[in-house]
Amino acid sequence: MSKSVILRSLVYLATGLTFFSLIGIVLYVLIGGIPYLSPELFSWNYNSENVSLMPSLVNTFLTVILSLVISVPIGILAAVFLIEYADLGVAAKSKIVRCFVSVIRIAADTLAGIPSIVYGLFGMLIFVTFFHWGYSLLAGGLTMAIMTLPVIQRTTEEALISVPMNYREGAFALGAGKLRTVTHVVLPTAIPGILSGVILAIGRVVGETAALIFTAGTVAQIPTSVFDSSRTLSVHMYNLSVEGLHTHEAMATGVVLLIVVVIINWLSELVANKIRPVK
Amino acid sequence: MENLTQENKNIRINIEDLNVYYGQKKALNAINMEIKENEITAFIGPSGCGKSTLLKCLNRMNDLVPDFNMSGKITLDGEDINKKYNINDLRKKVGMVFQKPNPFEMSIYDNIAFGPRVTGIKNKDELDKIVEESLKAASIWNDVKDNLKKSALALSGGQQQRLCIARAIAVKPEVLLMDEPTSALDPISTEAIERLCEELKEKYTIVIVTHNMQQAKRIADKTAFFYIGELVEFGETHDIFKNPKEKATHRYVKGKFG
Amino acid sequence: MMLKIILNKENIARFIFLAAAYVAVACVILICVFLFTQGVPPIAKIGLGDFLFGEKWKPSQNLYGILPMTLASIYTTVGAIVIGAPIGILTATFLSYFCPQWLYKVLKPMVNLMAGIPSIVYGFFGMAVLVPFVSYTFGGNGKALLTASILLGVMILPTIISVSESAIRSAQKSYYEGAVALGASHEISVFKVILPAAKSGIISSVILGIGRAIGETMAVVMVAGNQAIIPTDITRGARTLTSNIVIEMAEATDLHRAALIGTAVVLFVLVLIINLLFSVIKTRRKHV
Repeated sequence: MSKSVILRSLVYLATGLTFFSLIGIVLYVLIGGIPYLSPELFSWNYNSENVSLMPSLVNTFLTVILSLVISVPIGILAAVFLIEYADLGVAAKSKIVRCFVSVIRIAADTLAGIPSIVYGLFGMLIFVTFFHWGYSLLAGGLTMAIMTLPVIQRTTEEALISVPMNYREGAFALGAGKLRTVTHVVLPTAIPGILSGVILAIGRVVGETAALIFTAGTVAQIPTSVFDSSRTLSVHMYNLSVEGLHTHEAMATGVVLLIVVVIINWLSELVANKIRPVK
Repeated sequence: MENLTQENKNIRINIEDLNVYYGQKKALNAINMEIKENEITAFIGPSGCGKSTLLKCLNRMNDLVPDFNMSGKITLDGEDINKKYNINDLRKKVGMVFQKPNPFEMSIYDNIAFGPRVTGIKNKDELDKIVEESLKAASIWNDVKDNLKKSALALSGGQQQRLCIARAIAVKPEVLLMDEPTSALDPISTEAIERLCEELKEKYTIVIVTHNMQQAKRIADKTAFFYIGELVEFGETHDIFKNPKEKATHRYVKGKFG
Repeated sequence: MMLKIILNKENIARFIFLAAAYVAVACVILICVFLFTQGVPPIAKIGLGDFLFGEKWKPSQNLYGILPMTLASIYTTVGAIVIGAPIGILTATFLSYFCPQWLYKVLKPMVNLMAGIPSIVYGFFGMAVLVPFVSYTFGGNGKALLTASILLGVMILPTIISVSESAIRSAQKSYYEGAVALGASHEISVFKVILPAAKSGIISSVILGIGRAIGETMAVVMVAGNQAIIPTDITRGARTLTSNIVIEMAEATDLHRAALIGTAVVLFVLVLIINLLFSVIKTRRKHV
């Protein structure tokens, strides 16, 4: 067999394995969970009889929104600084600038590598205990904001790098300043890439369990203020599965989680296609 | 008679003792030249000779290069471009068209309106007018007038380049710099752009960098030959190609090297 | 006049961008301060050697050695990378250079979906499908290091795929064309020219993968068995650092609680070392 054939087979095999496992997981949860999607599971109020997932669903959205409202703007602005001002700026060759920039990059890399359970403990130590907020939506949301910041920042950096240099030159040559070039030409072109970062970030918040147990807590009610404990869908599924009494309901919750993820992905795809000019 | 009228034209750009360095490397050495209005001035020479570097000095695009350094003086209408002008105002006066067409990922309309919007024009009617005029001036209006909302990236390469020329014109510049504007285009589009240049020179001062000697011969009034950072010879295009004074120029225009 | 120059739009914007960039630095400092002030004293009290290299974790007897957990974390992560990295990189290669357009339109959203599936769902799947599978194939009760590694290997796939794919796509296509023009086959050109050109992006995809694997908690808790003993066999159970925290934090008090925060400190330092190692490799590569 020639080398090319072997390489090609390896590529096909790996791709097959990837999508085989994905399809396996999705089918398993759907087949196991759909029969148990009862109306009681969607009651507005949770009790130990109906183990409703509705409050957790609402809480998940609240947590996602709260965290992204903070991390998306900061992450995008930071990436713009790193790429447009530091890397492509006039001072890029200066040693001091390079040093500052590498400190920022190392910090972002460090944040990206911190395990979620460590975020959970940190969030607990600072927001729950030190600020006396208790287990709360706010503590959970802020912890998630810090956790998703490097995701947004890094993907935005990648997206900005992939914007062709001659777009910037074109804008400058028309007399546009740096700010206008960035906001009107570079960022719009980078939007699909940035959105993929936002998808990743949403996925991380929706899927997070460990960090939220210790910050947002496990109360399965819709909070009346940001200082109320709020159990998200993933935490709900975890609680149901460790209690061991509601395995079927846990599977059904998994189905809802999957649906939420599919909707998020579909929406962002839609937005990305809307913004990307029709070619 | 013809000679006389040409001599009467005003000097727009004056370059005095220009030296350019990228880090330690000297890219241009003691350049002195005058560029007159309503003429096409062509910069020719083998690659790496500094012709594009000089072009980019004229609208200070080199300021984007981290270790760029220059000495000497460039004036536009008698004013030092590095001192008297705000960089963005200079670039509005001195438009540029690039080697590779670089329309933004926006509609055709928004591409043209980008520059005027930078200058603060918000009025819809005024913008519409500028867009139409610019597209007409770049001879692309008939191709695109029915789908101004379409993405500029959907146009062909030649159309994209004419769009970029229209975009540069929309800011109402006085000087147009063109950095090998046809090197990425097919012969038919090239011819269209060359014809366009001839029309545009009535209103603008045009400086064009080209690696295509025939192109310089066809459209340029004056031609400057560069070699390893030096301006070897500068004069009427006719003289440069028919009776070059320098040996290097002779060898280059006869195709002996480059 | 001076003030006007300083306060123009460009400068204000630059300052805002700069400030945003430093938020990440501020967060790292905050995390360090809070974790170290609360996690280091108990480690000092237990004794650094006894804490790091102690082979027994028995809070009831005041024995707080985390070596079993540290080893378990390292083993599962290595296992996950061995499984996930090649599959992920090859899949990314498929998506960028072997995949017809129509198929890409189907597969790309599937990768995004995979990235979005919560770890708890992976954990559930692992518990119900992988555990019996491993038990059947390799013996034991199936809750084992190997099971955790396989599951983590699958979980890090989307991270590795999407980051590698964008790195591979941003590698100059002209390199590929150059190789093909020299008579190299499509496969050879991709593997010998494009992948090396995308190296740094691929490496960072693997770093992200390692980060996800070592930090994963819930899915591992559900399939790894969680015995706090030094792992000797990949078909036997083990407890990772992350699992240790999540399993015991709820009931822990005093020194026990502090020791768990200490565990988090160790995990944090471990991650820092990994990051450092890779940035050293990365910068060295750049200089060559």
